[in-house]
Amino acid sequence: MKVVVAMSGGVDSSVVAGLMARAGHEVIGVTLQLYDHGAAVGRKGACCAGQDIHDAKRVADRLGIAHYVIDSETRFQQSVISAFADSYAGGQTPVPCIACNQHLKFGDLLEMARGLGADAMATGHYVRRVEGPDGAEMHKAVDDTRDQSWFLFATTREQLEFCRFPLGNYASKAEVRALAAEMGLAVAEKADSQDICFVPSGTYAGIVEKYRPDALEAGEVVTEDGHVLGQHQGIARYTIGQAKRLPDAAAHMVVKKIEPGTRRIVVGPRGVQSAEVRLRDVNWLVDPCALGANVKLRARDTLHPALILPEGNGALLRLEEPALAAPGQAAVFYDGTRVLGGGFIV
Amino acid sequence: MLYLDANATEPVRPAAREAVLAAMDTLGNPSSTHAAGRAARKLLEEAREAVARHCHARAQDVVFTSGATEANALAIHALGAGRVVLIGTTEHDSIRAAAPEAVPVPVSADGTLDLAALETLLAMHPDALLCLMAANNETGVLHDIAAAGRLCAAHGARLHVDAVQAIGRCNQDWLGLGASSFALSGHKFGGAMGAGALVTAKGLEIRPLMRGGGQEMGRRGGTPPLPAIAALAAALAEPYEAERIAAHRDAMERAAIAAGAVVMGAGAARLPNTVCLALPGVRADAQLIALDMAGIAVSAGAACSSGKVTASHVLAAMGQGALAGQAIRVSLPWNVEEGAAERFAAAYAAMAKRALRPRAALA
Repeated sequence: MKVVVAMSGGVDSSVVAGLMARAGHEVIGVTLQLYDHGAAVGRKGACCAGQDIHDAKRVADRLGIAHYVIDSETRFQQSVISAFADSYAGGQTPVPCIACNQHLKFGDLLEMARGLGADAMATGHYVRRVEGPDGAEMHKAVDDTRDQSWFLFATTREQLEFCRFPLGNYASKAEVRALAAEMGLAVAEKADSQDICFVPSGTYAGIVEKYRPDALEAGEVVTEDGHVLGQHQGIARYTIGQAKRLPDAAAHMVVKKIEPGTRRIVVGPRGVQSAEVRLRDVNWLVDPCALGANVKLRARDTLHPALILPEGNGALLRLEEPALAAPGQAAVFYDGTRVLGGGFIV
Repeated sequence: MLYLDANATEPVRPAAREAVLAAMDTLGNPSSTHAAGRAARKLLEEAREAVARHCHARAQDVVFTSGATEANALAIHALGAGRVVLIGTTEHDSIRAAAPEAVPVPVSADGTLDLAALETLLAMHPDALLCLMAANNETGVLHDIAAAGRLCAAHGARLHVDAVQAIGRCNQDWLGLGASSFALSGHKFGGAMGAGALVTAKGLEIRPLMRGGGQEMGRRGGTPPLPAIAALAAALAEPYEAERIAAHRDAMERAAIAAGAVVMGAGAARLPNTVCLALPGVRADAQLIALDMAGIAVSAGAACSSGKVTASHVLAAMGQGALAGQAIRVSLPWNVEEGAAERFAAAYAAMAKRALRPRAALA
């Protein structure tokens, strides 16, 4: 079949391209150029493409497959970076990788793959696609430490039918690197990518400052009954449950609420768990219905048994034990290894 | 593969290939005084004389460079020193980057230079250097060099012509039309990559960008790439079947229009081999990929070194708005074969049909 492989220039997606070529498919490698590398590193005259695009091209050369670079800068800027800053300015804690998967990889790129007459699109995500009685199912990766299913919950059933995730079946990253070496790919030893690709320095405040400087304006830290304990340097620096960066008067307290309108951070004693959590924009990978499942409320989180009640496009979670739920983060429903759906915490 | 990207590089002419091999078999550096050096020097000077004859110039006014990017930069450096530089808004990046402070001269919707605007600007900057391309690389639109030359002469301004796409396809006596200098590049007319030239009017002094060992009469340092220069001269002597190529181009153009395309610069005089086709609502990169998968090589807009396709500054300057990101360039090579138009027509129609289906609208 004809397969479009989303190639980032990293070892994972390079191996996927190699596996697809090895299986005899007609492989078309595509790299999305998400931002101007030269501008991101702040070096005038630097090439707009970074090392990753160069690496992806060399892997394609090595494998003897076609490769194209798609300019996705405008879309990434609007759907991911700007939305990321807006979310912080709204007192939430966004997950930009989910937005990128949703809008760029499984949105635009997948549509382009269909437009090119491809039969499938493969990516280097660590997640499994299993043929079930009612169509394709999404399952956690065999390697639990690499599992990315939480970041992929927004993939629709229709998109999932079209996708392939060969790496979900590998027991470890070491195996994937060994495969890359066996295929003669120069990226075999390349370091893993960091958390947020468009924040090279690792501090996101600079991005927020550029797009939403209002979210970094000073404001008051108050108790739930309105006592002012001190000042903060911008609501974007806080998330629900956070204890760091609070004034001394708020020692031993955590953030309970972020109020974007008044720019106030409301603090209180530890224990900000809620038993009921509302979700918006829920994506169901099964037919929507009230069901009991295990829910993951952050990328690295334990599972929380809960009852899930659909409400229009959203859902209400009734957790068996109260837990920490930060607005903007995802709540993903699991039945064993299978992903049943998920939504964004309101 | 059907190669329709001649404006990126023309297929090498057989005569040029032979000239490369002969030059590589010629021992010696043209700067050396011994017999081997003299043999190399003879080849170099014969090539220079051939270029001069072809371009209605004097051999001593031909400076060989690495290509047109260097020739354009050298012209701006040497002939634009102390002058205001005027450039057309559809010029190539090799001009735009070499003259970052240049004053832009607008073009009309069909891509031809706004001569009234030029006249106004020349009145403000009478001793300017105007840089103008003979033919646009993306649309094939020809500027009226003769008219621009007359205006420059009337004001006392200099004119540098970027003749890269025109040389070998619609030769003109650029110096006779009033140019102070013009640039050419060997591989754009079937020579080898790596050699070009700056040709000037009689007696203009060229201050080098690279002094080096004083080669090219002190105007361009560095050992000249003899094989590429020999190929350049050999390719220049080859005939160009403009009418035959234009007939194929016209057939491709008609077929694309029937499939929904809009021709950019349609009203203007154009190169015989080039057509720029916009498909409204369909991203240029998607068109390019679909055609490549069908075995047809075309290009789009400006390709950054990453290979990503960005919206064309040429079409934007022509006021084409969104179409600037939805156009591909088809440029036929000198050796285009019979049946090429039919193959292109079928592939283009299939691409357009698929891309214009509601779910695949990628704009």
